[in-house]
Amino acid sequence: MQFLDFEKPLEELFHQMDKLKEVHAKNDKVDVSNAIKELEDSIEITRAKVYEHLTPWQRVQLSRHPERPYTLFYISRLFNNFVEIFGDRQVKDDKAMVGGMAEIDGIPVMVLGQQKGTNTKSRQMRNFGMANPEGYRKALRMMKLAEKFNRPIITLIDTPGAYPGLEAEERGQGEAIARNLFEMTNLKVPVICIIIGEGASGGALGIGIGDKVAMLENTWYTVISPESCSSILWHNWENKEKAAEQLKLTSTDMKGFGLVDDVIPEPLGGAHAKPDEMATILKQYILGALKELTPINADKRINQRIDKFSKMGFYEDQVAHS
Amino acid sequence: MSTWFKRIKQGIQTATHEKKEAPDGVWHKCPECRTTATVKELEQHLYVCHKCGYHNRINSKEYFNIIFDEGSETLLFENIRPVDKLGFEDVKPYSKRIIDAQKATGLGDAMTVAAGKIEGQDLVVACMNFNFIGGSMGSVVGEKISRGIDYAIEHKMPFMIISKSGGARMMESAFSLMQMAKTSAKLTRLDKARLPYISFMTDPTTGGVTASYAMLGDINIAEPKALIGFAGPRVIKETIKRDLPDGFQRSEFLLEHGFLDFIVERKDLKARLSTTINWFMKATA
Repeated sequence: MQFLDFEKPLEELFHQMDKLKEVHAKNDKVDVSNAIKELEDSIEITRAKVYEHLTPWQRVQLSRHPERPYTLFYISRLFNNFVEIFGDRQVKDDKAMVGGMAEIDGIPVMVLGQQKGTNTKSRQMRNFGMANPEGYRKALRMMKLAEKFNRPIITLIDTPGAYPGLEAEERGQGEAIARNLFEMTNLKVPVICIIIGEGASGGALGIGIGDKVAMLENTWYTVISPESCSSILWHNWENKEKAAEQLKLTSTDMKGFGLVDDVIPEPLGGAHAKPDEMATILKQYILGALKELTPINADKRINQRIDKFSKMGFYEDQVAHS
Repeated sequence: MSTWFKRIKQGIQTATHEKKEAPDGVWHKCPECRTTATVKELEQHLYVCHKCGYHNRINSKEYFNIIFDEGSETLLFENIRPVDKLGFEDVKPYSKRIIDAQKATGLGDAMTVAAGKIEGQDLVVACMNFNFIGGSMGSVVGEKISRGIDYAIEHKMPFMIISKSGGARMMESAFSLMQMAKTSAKLTRLDKARLPYISFMTDPTTGGVTASYAMLGDINIAEPKALIGFAGPRVIKETIKRDLPDGFQRSEFLLEHGFLDFIVERKDLKARLSTTINWFMKATA
């Protein structure tokens, strides 16, 4: 297991647990069941304490936890009959964007999202979850396919940003994202978008226009990462924690601003501590959203979608419009 | 030694606020070829260098003068003003940045919208002001575009956005991100109304602006040599750790890669726009 800096008190307890189990493995005549029970209790108590008041920066850290479940994990746990499909039919297949046809509780849907790797090699293969233009075009192709066959769309968002590369610019990273925003607005089928990890800027929004946009509890979603914000506004990387606070990027803030529709609670200790429990909670949310959205007439749903995003923003209107 | 070169009076200094900078002064030096011209000449050349053709950055006031028939335009939605909802503070509070920018520019925010005539034809133009916090896209920019679209639909007029922006306004955090969604969503309504949307990109057009309304025109056009891209050149260079080719992310580069319909010099802008709008709007039997 890997522990974040603020999880240190937990690390010690898990370490003791490992030792106990080791002792037991060497000599099973030693009864350790009581000790294990006690340790388990204190792990839960410590966990509750550690997680009671997370700072925005700690939530950012959690959203990037190396053991956090990624898109393909949720696809394997929530869906049946998953048929992964590939390619944008123009340039290539973007490994940072995955998806395909699947069923959830017998309902055929299209599910897609950014995918991060789990070890050095696969992280590189997945380009750390940073899609190129072909990733966004691959996503759009899947979504148009879903629309054609009247299948709801579920997007799982987890990206540190769209890839800022030379070829990405040559092939129109800006155009690819812009096209998705426009086309997703017009999709005739229900669209549910869930931020499961990092929701960084246009790279996240590029698959994020939905009838329901939800965030898992320990995720972040805003226009820039705290590190880049610190680098631009303070001209150093030292103010990332301050930037995280100033940006108000947590799920609670975003829900409070009305910029996302729902916050999906995570198990105590975060999604990575109890991935299966997380999967169950997420599945319930998706099924609930599908039930709510599916009966709505397509044109009405599209208009509601446009109206929802049109209302976002704050400004003063000094003289009332006549 | 001759006393000619001897400084007799000591400590001659000019306070910063008394120093005149072009183009506020009399002379303007072209940042590209260093040719000097009087400010008056520059203005007559629509702020384009008469020698090398460099297009100096200008803002909504100058663009409206170039595009609209004299005195035909009306500014719209001027009452919409920015607010510091998040209480954002970096090295300077956002609320103070707003006031400072408003004082320095005489503008409400980085977006000015006007409706008027171009060679007798109707047109709604939403033009960004780079001099207002780097032309950054915040809630006011999004709302003014949104209302400009409503106005165009209501009056059955063509719509144009002149982009000139460093991207999203960080001090409005996720609200600025959502302006990408908001403007793109509203553009679908203009699309359904079958009214033309012309996206005109000028130096610079980057970040969230490129990744939303700037790239969604029925036609996308640009000024010569404008920087247009999603990621900034510095970020790309740091990411790929090699030098960027000459002309990378410039208008000509985008035209070559298929993302622009044409590049237009400022002096030809009004005529080209007028011809294009005529094609879109001309009534036929």
